[in-house]
Amino acid sequence: MSQQPNKLTPFFENLNFERDDNTMVINFGPQHPSAHGQLRLVLELDGEQVVKAYPDIGYLHRGIEKMAENMTYNEFLPTTDRLDYIASTANNYAYALAVEKLLGIEAPRRAQVIRTMLLELNRVISHLFFLATHALDVGAMSVFLYAFREREYAMDLMEDYCGARLTHSSVRIGGVPLDLPAGWLENLAAFCDKVDYEVEHTYEALLTENRIWKMRLENVGVISAEEALSWGCTGPMLRGSGVKYDIRKEEPYELYSELDFDIPVAETCDSYGRYRLYMEEMKQSTRILRQLIPMYKKTEPRLMAHAPQYISAPKEEIMTQNYALMQHFVLVTQGMRPPKGEVYVPTESPKGELGFYIKSEGEPYAYRLKCRAPSFFHTGLLQEILVGTYIADVVTIIGTTNIVFGEVDR
Amino acid sequence: MRKYTPKDNVQGKSYYTDRFWVAPRVPREEVEAGSHFEAVVNALGSQVKESYIEVGQLVVHIDASENFAVIKTLRDECGYKQCSEQSAVDYLAQDGEFELFYQLLNHAEAKRVRVVCRIKKGEAIESIVPLFKSANFAEREMYDMFGIKVNNHPFLKRIIMPDDWEGHPLLKTYPLQGDEFASWYEVDKIFGKEYRDIIGPENRDPAKVERYDTKRFSRVGYEVPFGADISEGEKEQAIEYSETILVNYNAGTKQLDERK
Repeated sequence: MSQQPNKLTPFFENLNFERDDNTMVINFGPQHPSAHGQLRLVLELDGEQVVKAYPDIGYLHRGIEKMAENMTYNEFLPTTDRLDYIASTANNYAYALAVEKLLGIEAPRRAQVIRTMLLELNRVISHLFFLATHALDVGAMSVFLYAFREREYAMDLMEDYCGARLTHSSVRIGGVPLDLPAGWLENLAAFCDKVDYEVEHTYEALLTENRIWKMRLENVGVISAEEALSWGCTGPMLRGSGVKYDIRKEEPYELYSELDFDIPVAETCDSYGRYRLYMEEMKQSTRILRQLIPMYKKTEPRLMAHAPQYISAPKEEIMTQNYALMQHFVLVTQGMRPPKGEVYVPTESPKGELGFYIKSEGEPYAYRLKCRAPSFFHTGLLQEILVGTYIADVVTIIGTTNIVFGEVDR
Repeated sequence: MRKYTPKDNVQGKSYYTDRFWVAPRVPREEVEAGSHFEAVVNALGSQVKESYIEVGQLVVHIDASENFAVIKTLRDECGYKQCSEQSAVDYLAQDGEFELFYQLLNHAEAKRVRVVCRIKKGEAIESIVPLFKSANFAEREMYDMFGIKVNNHPFLKRIIMPDDWEGHPLLKTYPLQGDEFASWYEVDKIFGKEYRDIIGPENRDPAKVERYDTKRFSRVGYEVPFGADISEGEKEQAIEYSETILVNYNAGTKQLDERK
């Protein structure tokens, strides 16, 4: 007799063996350690082969887009930390840039240098996290330990700058809140050397020619370029399929048009190619960071854009000038009122294209805010690329998509 | 008299707006002759109701019934190979309509187009999943959040909210804290409606301290037995410390800490 679900006896729907067509349905997650958070993947298996995959999301839904409609623009900024919590600065920045485009203002040059530095540092943090968890999922435990060690150093740098390690809120609309602390640039240069050394001598030495690693990754999770475009893949997922498109290069924002860096592309379209791509991107990030260090020294010490209608004056002015204080009071109590209009601003976050669509009706609250999260579309892709693979490769493929559920569910 | 609060839009509002304040508008530019965007507008022809450039991106207003044809033209003739985003904006309170947008990207030219159309409440829109598979999840999310039905979608089902959820959270009529259904969702589902009185409403204030609750809150310096009723006042009880010294570190001659 099959069990009937009712209120008091729980119904174990997880396992559903021996159906008529002799396939087995299993739940992968939402509490599976390789599910990268809260992914529930319903897999229909024929033996060990996946016949059907159905990614079920929503277990981390916090209604961030709803909250955006009920918060003033500055209030909402710390909430964006909770989207892709592995790379919070990228979210803060994408949101701040979207609002700046709406307001029509530009951050001063020093703020731009600091922002670009933080973005690239965050890219390294995120890629190290990807490498660590991906290797751990596939079974290479020691890489996880090494990669997290370097990630700690990067997070120490973030902590020195903004005081937080995970939820940074290190970017403001119109600039950055703080200047770099003393000695930070030297630490950053030392960190760049360290990452370059470790990438070459530890991670790549451990993995690139590792027989097990290659067997687990090569020809696993192959995505053709047409599929990647159709499924809305961006970032490393798109470049891993041979499409050379990086928003930093093609639609440059911040200082990326002045910086010299390459866009790595993997032609193999498989997980191994994507792994090589992530490694190369880390090297390119340190290359960018090295170029930014001399640029910082040439800038004027201004951190916030001058737009009294939207952005509070510096603290010294607020404390000494009456009008600045009045404007600050209005901006804090009522919030800034951007002009009416809509804007969609894409940025290249470590995961892919992170864009914010903001519809403003001239009120202090956004009329509609849509966060275009790369992981959301990469999760959708799973229902196609998992079909026909073996259950051991499912973990590899989820790892290689590098999805973070903070931004999938929002 | 109680202040009037509109029911058709319960989202956050500014507590004060100057009577004479008129919001400016983000500048909209004309489509330049000879540009890539002009070729796009020409390719779409009479399907375009209105077109302009806003913050560097072409915005094309079309009729909602032509969305599939327009986006197919953009994909096949103008090189827009990716649909970055698709969602809706709720204008039910003002116009009784939803505004839908499709954000498309041309990789070769690094140009973006936003296709905008409006549908009335209760109307459905044609799915673009045959053109862009990324719309599969995006349209499901739009259905989940706004209740907009999408015709010919392969699997139109709630995606983020639970399948048995009532209401669509991103509508302007839906309050931020959730409605009646949301507040009793877990209780109704796990125990049943008859348990509402026993379990009580959900406490959404994580810092809430109940004054007379002696089961969940410790009362340092005023310890009372577990579950005791103290609503009528409580007996003051001084803290008792143990007088037995288990290890007397001061008695020995051994230096424990070298820094001393």
